[in-house]
Amino acid sequence: MPNRSQIEARAALLRQRFEIAGGVVVDPPLLQSAETLLDLYGEDIRARAYVTSDALRGEQMLRPDYTLPVVQMHMAAGAEPARYTYAGPVFRRQEQDPDRANEFVQVGYEVFDRTDPAAADAEVFALVSLQLRGLELRVATGDIGILMAAVEGLSTTPARKAALRRHIWRPRRFRALLDRFAGRTPMSESRKKLVSTTGPLTGTAPEIGKRRATEIDARVDTLRADAMAPPIAEHQMAALEALLAVRETVPYALEQMRDIAVDLPAILPALERLDARAAAMKARGIDIDRLDFEASYGRTSMEYYDGFVFGFYAERRPDLPPIATGGRYDALTRLLGQGGEIPAVGGVIRPDLILTLEGETRS
Amino acid sequence: MSVKLGVPSKGRLMEKTFDWFAKRGITLSRTGSDREYAGAVDGVEGVDLVLLSAGEIPRELAAGRIHLGVTGTDLVHEKLPRWEQQVEELELMGFGEADLILAVPQCWIDVDTLEDLDSVSSAFRAAHGHRLRIATKYHRLIREFLTDAGVADYQLVDSQGATEGTVKNETAEMIADITSTGETLRANHLKILSDGLVLRSQATLWRSRMTKCTAEEKATLRRLLAMIER
Repeated sequence: MPNRSQIEARAALLRQRFEIAGGVVVDPPLLQSAETLLDLYGEDIRARAYVTSDALRGEQMLRPDYTLPVVQMHMAAGAEPARYTYAGPVFRRQEQDPDRANEFVQVGYEVFDRTDPAAADAEVFALVSLQLRGLELRVATGDIGILMAAVEGLSTTPARKAALRRHIWRPRRFRALLDRFAGRTPMSESRKKLVSTTGPLTGTAPEIGKRRATEIDARVDTLRADAMAPPIAEHQMAALEALLAVRETVPYALEQMRDIAVDLPAILPALERLDARAAAMKARGIDIDRLDFEASYGRTSMEYYDGFVFGFYAERRPDLPPIATGGRYDALTRLLGQGGEIPAVGGVIRPDLILTLEGETRS
Repeated sequence: MSVKLGVPSKGRLMEKTFDWFAKRGITLSRTGSDREYAGAVDGVEGVDLVLLSAGEIPRELAAGRIHLGVTGTDLVHEKLPRWEQQVEELELMGFGEADLILAVPQCWIDVDTLEDLDSVSSAFRAAHGHRLRIATKYHRLIREFLTDAGVADYQLVDSQGATEGTVKNETAEMIADITSTGETLRANHLKILSDGLVLRSQATLWRSRMTKCTAEEKATLRRLLAMIER
């Protein structure tokens, strides 16, 4: 196991290379407002981040990653385009697995640039791969933007699309919703009874709590309308399922997805973006013909990635977390931008894991 | 050294635990004044009675400060991550039965399942500017259950007692709590979600996996367990 000073020395080296590439060093505080994190991730973040508090600032969290504070900082004061780099500890509360680190060092590189997103994706990916050169790693890539476009393109009601969009990062709930919207899961007896009624139904039980009768009646109306909506067509379901299953090298994946686009033409612009990214990566010397692409990749991680996603894994050490991960998070800049937004992409590396793997090859 | 048996220090849970052991030839009793938490064990040599709050028994078992302990499944699962590695379930004792459930106001006629809850939580957040609040003291169990079910946009608020009243007081929109008959829920105009059963709990005798026993203590444990298992 590498010790702390070895890890810090390697982190400094990695950060220096990101600086040479154009990254301005930033050093956000360890303590972050819990409110922002809770607003973004909901209660799940409490299982992942350490919470502390004081009487003045209320709940604070030890930063679970750098992306959020870097985005906040950039949106508040940054000139564009901007490139940032950082190195330092992040903290993850562990409730299940005692072997996972609850404190580790991350080195990262983030690009805020609206001129050429494909080139920015390629830049981050190429810089991260360069830093990992010499290690035997499996690379996974994906694109959440294609899935979002596919959901948008389904011929169904806006309410159903919104429900699916909300659960892209929760594959099981997504699946259950999809099956119901396609009429594959029968409607529950209680729901059948509810939607067979007419007029307002509230008033039988005492109204308690902040959720008002008007809200309840409105939802009953929504459910009645939903019960009348036709199921998602079989050919679109088949196309969506085929899309979720795509797992190929980039050129073949593109070919398969262009086929799928016959039934889901809404994904075509997202495929064009993937194509442009592949060209930009090739220009940077990445071997696209051997790069894997999984359409479902990135669906179970932090839910701020909404475009390109990637991860580097040590195949011979499946017990280790990914050595590096990254992706595009345009929507996050919109959420934290108070009216502003800017396309953004970034990646992080774990120097401790690099040292662990290097130690194994030597011994 | 002696084998330490941790038992709830008051109320019906203590009385029923005493009865359960008495049926197996082991007499537990409180000694001294009514307010003093000291106890005695008759019927088996080398066992000390430790009277504790039921909520502290999981922690004491995990720390190895007691060898055996009586407390509810709910408390062990909530307080001890990877509880199987820290304690062993010896006997279900057949009392203190309670279900950990999710309950919403009866007036929510549109909500029957977790899927309904998820869709309501999304709309609630949009309408009220904060996430739907669930009052509970079982934070870990509820969070795991809801994450697993894919429910989002809720928040847990801590409630250590009178949880059923939080909805009427508008400090929470719904609750997650233990119930045995459901009477308190009904009295507070709440109903259980049809797929909202998180855990079935009952009083259970646990053995700590974290103690290092001397040969003498091992022999005592064996004698005690032989009487219990009959």
